[in-house]
Amino acid sequence: MAARTIPLAIVFFFGVLMTVQFYIPHPVSQRLYEMVLDWMNGVSAAAIILAVGSLVKHHWRKISRRENVVYSGVTLLAFFFMAFLGLFVSIAEDSLFQTLFANVQVPLQATMFSLLAFYMASAAYRAFRARNLEATLLLLAAFVLMIGIIPIGYLIHPKFADFAQWVLNVPNMAAKRGIMIGVGLGAIATSVKIILGIERNWLGG
Amino acid sequence: MNNLIHKLTHLNRQTIYGILALGIILPLLFPLRLPEHVSPPVQRLYDYIESLPEGSAILLSVDFGPDVLPETYPMFLAVLRHAMARNIRVIGICLNPAGIGLGLEGIQKVAKELHKQYGTDYVYLGFKPNLGATMLGLGEDVHKVFPTDYYGTPIDSLPLFRNVRNYNDIALVVSFSGASHPALWVAYANARYGEKIAAGVTGVMAADYYPYLQTGQFVGMLAGMKGAAEYEYLVEKLFREKGLPTPPPFAIRGMDSISIAHLLIIVLVIIGNIGYFMERKQKGA
Repeated sequence: MAARTIPLAIVFFFGVLMTVQFYIPHPVSQRLYEMVLDWMNGVSAAAIILAVGSLVKHHWRKISRRENVVYSGVTLLAFFFMAFLGLFVSIAEDSLFQTLFANVQVPLQATMFSLLAFYMASAAYRAFRARNLEATLLLLAAFVLMIGIIPIGYLIHPKFADFAQWVLNVPNMAAKRGIMIGVGLGAIATSVKIILGIERNWLGG
Repeated sequence: MNNLIHKLTHLNRQTIYGILALGIILPLLFPLRLPEHVSPPVQRLYDYIESLPEGSAILLSVDFGPDVLPETYPMFLAVLRHAMARNIRVIGICLNPAGIGLGLEGIQKVAKELHKQYGTDYVYLGFKPNLGATMLGLGEDVHKVFPTDYYGTPIDSLPLFRNVRNYNDIALVVSFSGASHPALWVAYANARYGEKIAAGVTGVMAADYYPYLQTGQFVGMLAGMKGAAEYEYLVEKLFREKGLPTPPPFAIRGMDSISIAHLLIIVLVIIGNIGYFMERKQKGA
């Protein structure tokens, strides 16, 4: 019972307190705000310790059960080796830590993301069809933007780039703004529900 | 003729990958140097930095990881070069744990090119967890959020921070990101502290940020490799005027590949649609 009541009470107390604090420009209110910011930094740092503990525990359990031993082994080995280099050797620009980052992590992650271009080209060729009016409009808008934002678009006609910019500035922005206002109102409603303890999914279980 | 159309409309995946790979690789080997047309959001950021007096401080936030590096890293370098060439002091921070090394590499590379001194002309503070608390904390006291720099040196001992306390002393924040960081900078640093914000974002994220440009919450924006190429073009022009050695045009060369890739995708989509309509006609007949 207390395991749920105490977090709910803390959320209610700080939710109301910080909402009220925002509207009070008094030095005491300001000091409270700065103190809460300091605490937030401390809590975030502690969360990293929890995350690291969870990662190690998860992969260690997998190795113990002989599930994907190689993958989990590589993860733990890489994790401890990089942590050792970072904590006890050096993190300067000419260090082994930085060399491994620049020559292993950077190309691996950049390559994985770059593959998207190939998948997208293949998917567009197979599935991007002018089946109805909406799909045709989408197709035409895509063509305008794809040509308008590359230098060739400007070479075809200078107005092409302007038209692509207009698509982004007017129809795109109108839709985005509507979505953002909706998301903002939704966020306020959800925050109020969390502060009042109506929405409790974040407690888990 | 029908046979050729049938073949073109039933290309296998490997062929498409091969065509696209050639379209990307060949322009990198044989640059086309297509002329850049600078779009208004890019020009606005350039003009804003150009309008800052020498000695101003700006904060560049490396909020991206290696996954979006081809788009965001060139714009980070271009803005760094512009600021440092104009003797604007640069504070680098990182809010994405995967980008710590990229921020360090970029800032040191440009500082070496332009012979800038660490601690006086630029500082790299490294990573801090919890985006919201960090962005809000910088509005109160940078020294409390980052007591030490990336190397563990207390920032109180660095000349750059003698007169930099919070956003009041930082003329601009530029967030380079492939995610929602720039919107958070607007919510926490602009809305609460009135700090000027600009963004350098990936092409796919750019559409999300146009409302911030229209409201003036962003002073400017670099969108994708195109934005980076346009900024590189402006910086290249500035360097020529100042008699400085022009930096390698990474994004400008990348735009050649992207231009060809875009044209290829458009042609593929058109071919796919021709096949679709032919099949529909045959079924209807």
